[in-house]
Amino acid sequence: MNFTLKIWRQKNATAKGEMVSYNVKGISSDSSFFEMLDTLNQQLIESGGDPVAFDHDCREGICGTCSLYINGRPHGPVKGVTTCQLHMRAFKDGVTINVEPWRAKAFPVIRDLIVDRSAFDKIIQAGGFVSVNTGGVPDANTIPVPKEKSDAAFDAATCIGCGACVAACSNAAAMLFIGAKVSHLALLPQGRVEAAKRVEKMVACMDELGFGNCSNTYACEAECPKGITVVNIARMNREFLSAKLFAEKEKIVQDSL
Amino acid sequence: MLLYSSITKKVLMALAGLFLVTFLCVHLGINLMLLRDDGGRTFSAAATFMGTNPLIKVFEIVLFAGFLLHILFGVLVSFQNRAARPSPYVCSNNSDTSFFSKYMFHTGIIVFLFLVLHFIDFYFIKIGLVAPPPGIESHDFYHRTLLLFSTPWYSLLYIVCFIFLGIHLNHAIQSAIQTLGWNHSKYMGAVKFIGSAYSVFIAAGFSLVPLCILFFK
Repeated sequence: MNFTLKIWRQKNATAKGEMVSYNVKGISSDSSFFEMLDTLNQQLIESGGDPVAFDHDCREGICGTCSLYINGRPHGPVKGVTTCQLHMRAFKDGVTINVEPWRAKAFPVIRDLIVDRSAFDKIIQAGGFVSVNTGGVPDANTIPVPKEKSDAAFDAATCIGCGACVAACSNAAAMLFIGAKVSHLALLPQGRVEAAKRVEKMVACMDELGFGNCSNTYACEAECPKGITVVNIARMNREFLSAKLFAEKEKIVQDSL
Repeated sequence: MLLYSSITKKVLMALAGLFLVTFLCVHLGINLMLLRDDGGRTFSAAATFMGTNPLIKVFEIVLFAGFLLHILFGVLVSFQNRAARPSPYVCSNNSDTSFFSKYMFHTGIIVFLFLVLHFIDFYFIKIGLVAPPPGIESHDFYHRTLLLFSTPWYSLLYIVCFIFLGIHLNHAIQSAIQTLGWNHSKYMGAVKFIGSAYSVFIAAGFSLVPLCILFFK
């Protein structure tokens, strides 16, 4: 198969980028999108050019490292897969494919197609964890968890933090990501302990980092490679409101001496 | 207001929006009284009640506050949303989403402009800021309406504005429910259906009055 690629090239974070056209020929329909980009890079290296920088790691669709905004869609045209699991048979022979980086104020471009997604790490650091005392391994079933809640928590926990939700959102909002992280912990008894503080801190961090507000267009749900649903955003909103309105206040005991 | 979190802003906007949605139904009820063939007696009685009842007077203030809150937060979040993506995509978004949901700010502006026109045409005349057209008293909304809707371009403009309001509401109602955190598989389908049906009902109901006046009066 032959393709014309229009790829965003940008030397560094401060340089002005532009779309550059490349032709790739003789690509197998069974090769992955990244194998096709590897072929292009090999061509560029052999001709003394500068290879295209893009993020990738496991290439198994589970690590969340890959990105790419392909023909106006994060992770390309196939639903429920990351770019590394996208194969060239998803495209017609001879077509032009536009490849851009994720675009958001909170995800600045580092080079070409690589963006800095450490904003997600900061949000997790703000509250996306359970503080536990490490000790002996507890017996199984010491803490009962209802099956329905465990299923919903597991579905939310499948979020790989790739950022496709932010990339797809017309407002560059991170609500699906945080909704998934808040849900995954708030649904389980171990996570309930810090639920109120967690949601407040994570939302405050999200605002601080310059993500947009949710306008419920649900592009995030449509593009999430892990099928995370917007029900998680509603759950986060519920958690947030109940934290703001009904959370217990910490009692400060004055020392009488 | 600027310091409110993203979700707080959205929730306040949703609550104000839902209040405005209920107000539309009351307004439509009174408008449809224009169609009663009694020379505007029923309509004028309702208009007088709305203009003089003390409880309604209080709600008028709440209503203005609702409009103000919804508009201010709407503009604020829209600007923040634009700022969240300073460099746009070269290839525009192709994600599978509802088309109109992306244009809430735009349809909102159209509805706002209509609101300004509507105030100039009615409310400002009532409170004496704008002089009524010759031969019509400042409190005579019935004849004022008949006069306005006898102009085809005005009727058309009015109907077009309500189509945009319908588009705005179609996304707004289910969006408000989602923002308030009430999304549940048990009833979200019903919420979406009722939201769409209500938006059609409002747009069609308000458009009925100029159509009837234009063709049958």
